[in-house]
Amino acid sequence: MTDQPLALAKETLLAPAGLDEGALERALDRLMGHAVDGGDLYFQATHFESWLLEDGIVKEGNHSIEQGVGVRAIAGEKTGFAYSDEILLPALLSAASAARAIARQPGRGLALRAWQPVGTPRLYPPLDPLGTLSADDKVELLRRIDAEARRQDARVRQVIASLAGVYEVVLVAATDGTLAADVRPLVRMNVTVIVEDGGRREQGSSGGGGRGGYALLLDDDRHLWHAREAVRQALVNLEAVEAPAGVMPVVLGPGWPGVLLHEAVGHGLEGDFNRKGTSAFAGRVGERVASPLCTVVDDGTLPGRRGSLNIDDEGTPTQRTVLIERGILKGYMQDRLNARLMGVTSTGNGRRESYAHQPMPRMTNTYMLPGEHDPQEIIASVERGLYAVNFGGGQVDITSGKFVFSASEAYLIEKGRVTRPVKGATLIGDGPEVLTKVSMVGNDLQLDLGVGTCGKDGQSVPVGVGQPTLKVDALTVGGTRG
Amino acid sequence: MSARLPSQERLEQIVQHILEVAVDLGATAAEAGVSCDQGLSVTVRMGEVETLEYHRDQGLGVSVYFGHRKGSASTSDLSEAAVRETVQAACDIARYTGEDACAGLAPADRMAREIPDLDLYHPWALTAEEGIDIARRCEDIARAQDPRIHNSEGATLSTHEGLRVYGNTHGFLGGYPSTRHSLSCSVLAEQDGQMQRDYWYTVARAPEDLQSPEDVGRIAAERTVHRLGARRIATCQAPVLFAPEVATGLFRSFVAAIRGGNLYRRSSFLLDKLGEPIFPAFLHIEEQPHLPRGLGSAPFDSEGVATQRRALVEGGVLRGYVLDSYSACRLGMETTGNAGGVHNLRVQPGEEDLPALLRRMGTGLLVTELMGQGVNLVTGDYSRGAAGFWIENGEVAHPVHEITIAGNLARMFLDIEAVGADVDTRGNIHTGSVLVREMTIAGD
Repeated sequence: MTDQPLALAKETLLAPAGLDEGALERALDRLMGHAVDGGDLYFQATHFESWLLEDGIVKEGNHSIEQGVGVRAIAGEKTGFAYSDEILLPALLSAASAARAIARQPGRGLALRAWQPVGTPRLYPPLDPLGTLSADDKVELLRRIDAEARRQDARVRQVIASLAGVYEVVLVAATDGTLAADVRPLVRMNVTVIVEDGGRREQGSSGGGGRGGYALLLDDDRHLWHAREAVRQALVNLEAVEAPAGVMPVVLGPGWPGVLLHEAVGHGLEGDFNRKGTSAFAGRVGERVASPLCTVVDDGTLPGRRGSLNIDDEGTPTQRTVLIERGILKGYMQDRLNARLMGVTSTGNGRRESYAHQPMPRMTNTYMLPGEHDPQEIIASVERGLYAVNFGGGQVDITSGKFVFSASEAYLIEKGRVTRPVKGATLIGDGPEVLTKVSMVGNDLQLDLGVGTCGKDGQSVPVGVGQPTLKVDALTVGGTRG
Repeated sequence: MSARLPSQERLEQIVQHILEVAVDLGATAAEAGVSCDQGLSVTVRMGEVETLEYHRDQGLGVSVYFGHRKGSASTSDLSEAAVRETVQAACDIARYTGEDACAGLAPADRMAREIPDLDLYHPWALTAEEGIDIARRCEDIARAQDPRIHNSEGATLSTHEGLRVYGNTHGFLGGYPSTRHSLSCSVLAEQDGQMQRDYWYTVARAPEDLQSPEDVGRIAAERTVHRLGARRIATCQAPVLFAPEVATGLFRSFVAAIRGGNLYRRSSFLLDKLGEPIFPAFLHIEEQPHLPRGLGSAPFDSEGVATQRRALVEGGVLRGYVLDSYSACRLGMETTGNAGGVHNLRVQPGEEDLPALLRRMGTGLLVTELMGQGVNLVTGDYSRGAAGFWIENGEVAHPVHEITIAGNLARMFLDIEAVGADVDTRGNIHTGSVLVREMTIAGD
């Protein structure tokens, strides 16, 4: 534990405008000028850069700086929210006046509590990743990705490689005395290749990253591995035949296919939907929602992971929350508002895209714990089915429970053996039901490589997923071969 | 809202200043955009106010060119110091990017010479109280429609106004204000242990063009209740009728496939199709950028190029691509004024309404919701989750969910049998229902 992030956040966010803890108290006091239950201030500064290579040339570079403060007032189930991209006392006070209008009575909110600084764990270094590599080296990194991809196969026609880094400093001050800060580095790279063979074209892509400096991408020449991986996927897809259509056993590979958990159960277990009773999982804590082989957690405390946070965007330290234990639904992911209204405590899942957005319950890193089966044994158990190892995105209707996720690399399993690659297809299932059909769980838990972004109510946040190889006895595969 | 947007003159001064700083720092060309937006949004849920949000955003973006090398930067801070810092950042980046013969401003002779008034600015002097009242009326109606409606995600009213100015070192400097108002409602219904949810929304440049709160609430409720009793169907091949609100997605994929960036990267299933039939002969698609009050209307694109009405598809034949100046240069063509995207794509409607199209289809699937992103633009392969209604003899047999529909877009486009008269104009793509001859449906 160290207070270094708090000191840095004050210096970055407050000092330039001449703000101190007294000014924060004034703003929070303004917020409590109406009969509100509480509220918070969220200061944020973000430096972002991206570099893009195509045709072997680094063509685009972008740099952006954003900062601002979001002010929230809460009265019962009501939220008033305003923000300003100027961090200055008058703007802060005027945002507080706007937000508190949610409570119409000009009475008096609760008294401010004395500051209780929240210590910041150290899941990632409090550094600015943009400065961890020179511009020359960033350009060189992209060129090496390009060369590596083209070196793999003469059929590679186009390579698009990108590199992005974010340096984010946040400070949260709340009427309950919360005073917390975090310094959040985030890097990411991506490579997409187009291959062409006799008039047929396909693509493949790979990427990764995490919370830290650009060394995360350079260690063990990871960036070059992604280049080779993108080409491998594209070449596999050149051979792909029509995917089957209908219900069949599906074996999902380890790692990124964990997007299954994110869509099928993750969103449905977010506190807001369950407080309002709009989720297919509402009121089902203690019930069986998965086979006894399944234990699913959301863990914001994994060092260096894309979905990890030292503290969430309400200043609550993140934690490891067991969502499903041996098939039994254990609990939901909560932010402070929904936790209070449901009579529980926040699980450190209160997240927001930026100061200009309201926090809500969001996932961090969501994954299934490993089981006992050898992955080969799992594949061998399938007479005819699908083996899906790479996915694009997914989506869920949390009310009906129906979810989809789209395979981008998949194979047929015939008589216990992986045979031919098939074209990408969407898989569809029912969230509360699908995990009850998990009959085998591998011993090969992997987390994804750090590319996930989750959207909810128009807000995007970085997340992680993971799982071991697992077998779902019956899932609908949306191919074209009926 | 108390504060007002800054004047257009003020934003024009900032843009000019950015360009001056860029030239001062040695840039051979530069372009910049500055925007300010503000708005209010309120949500009422179960009859009570849930959120009251005040929005106010501003930002500037600049691209500089040193010969054929480019650098870009942006910030939300419009102060003098931030402007200088941001332009400097863009210039620093341009020292590291490579020579790219196509990098640069759009041709000077293509800049918009006059900026037609497209009637896009209709601010709504709405207090939070009035907004809450409208949202509440909408949700109340929805909840009162049917006893099976037991829960709600609420009704949201939003009003936004914005001002955008763009300029470049050709001497182009233009801007215009615009507004956007919307009302949406989403409710839940329950029957025999099955829970369903659906929604409806209205969006317009002018408040008086919005559907009434009562209509929005009623339609949201009807759509939700109609989904009750949904079940799966057996895997089969069948005709698919895309309702207007999902048919727009088919044409969004079409636009993406003829966008310059995907063409020069050879990542489109519609490569080299200019002048060839890609739709049936009855199908016409036009871009109408100057539609008064259009949600996609714009007098110039994001490079200052004048937008113009044009045919993209005539008699089923592809007549034009969607290009900005960069991709046009890469393809050896000219920009089509589509930097930033298309502006009001209109698929010429047919004469049949939805019931007539259902009768024409006879037996098949009416899709009202699509899920997931399962569209591969490189190959055209299409596979998405779907919900809707099974149709027998032109009549709704029962609602359907948890199925997928799959095919290949190149084939699906040619297989379009009819476009309905029931045009949805709530977005940038205006189309009626679309009937596709046959697709693979995966279910039980």
